[in-house]
Amino acid sequence: MDATSPALPSVAPKRGRNLHRFANPGRFLRLSGRVLPWLAICGAVFTLAGLAWGLFVAPPDWQQGDAVRIMYVHVPAAWLASMGYAALAVCAVISIVWRHPLADLAALEIGPVGAVFTALCLATGSLWGKPMWGAWWVWDARLTSVLVLFFLYLGQIALIRAFDNPERGYRAAAILALVGAVNLPIIKFSVDWWNTLHQPDTIHLFGRTTMSASMLDPLLVSALGFTLVFAALVLARLRSAVMERRIRSLLSARARQAEVSA
Amino acid sequence: MTNLAYIAASYGLAAIAVLGLAGDAWRRHRLARRRLAVLEATSGRRRRG
Repeated sequence: MDATSPALPSVAPKRGRNLHRFANPGRFLRLSGRVLPWLAICGAVFTLAGLAWGLFVAPPDWQQGDAVRIMYVHVPAAWLASMGYAALAVCAVISIVWRHPLADLAALEIGPVGAVFTALCLATGSLWGKPMWGAWWVWDARLTSVLVLFFLYLGQIALIRAFDNPERGYRAAAILALVGAVNLPIIKFSVDWWNTLHQPDTIHLFGRTTMSASMLDPLLVSALGFTLVFAALVLARLRSAVMERRIRSLLSARARQAEVSA
Repeated sequence: MTNLAYIAASYGLAAIAVLGLAGDAWRRHRLARRRLAVLEATSGRRRRG
């Protein structure tokens, strides 16, 4: 195909146009303003319901006793730690391929939330490990790969804010997010590839789930609630970032105007 | 309930983490909305004037 062929440009910009509709700050703030309260309310309701169900109604495990109730906090935090990083990688692709400004801001705001959920996963894992394994921490593959994920989040948070020119920070952090995404399958399959003290996965999307429904149901409700809360937190932070950017542009326009009139 | 201290610590940490993030997001969102409303109102007046 030669450089003047119309076939290539007619496809790519169309997709870019659809994506860039949401780059309009006014449209984004209007749409997200409608969604945010519902996300926050549903997230709070499902999280509280799932945790109360797991804490007071679900049965204790025959081997682990009541310590299994830590699962209703630990497992959703672990899922969201990985899903948050996967979202960072998607933002990185959108930023690098389509240079979408909202993807950069989303990466800026997902990082801290994902890091907090990863820290929560590690802390609750330690609190679960101590009574079950007799140790707060072991250097097994699952725990170590999640610790690496936490450091990747910290690196992304530092890198995206490290440059005077924000565009360079966005680009560097996007590359780190893409490279770090290699760690996600390692986390997922670490319990299959290596002998670990951490138990193997009990919930499978396409296979048989080896967990009683009386424990699985509150876990899924709790996980749904945590996911909605995570989304609400990121959306609220993203709205703030969009408004702060608009404030900066209004202030600089005002300063330029004052300079001209002086 | 056995291992109550570990369970309470886990749920407490989760509450601190989520409420901390939510409080921070809410404060920042409210401040940005107020500042933007004030700036847009004054910019609009200036343009109209």
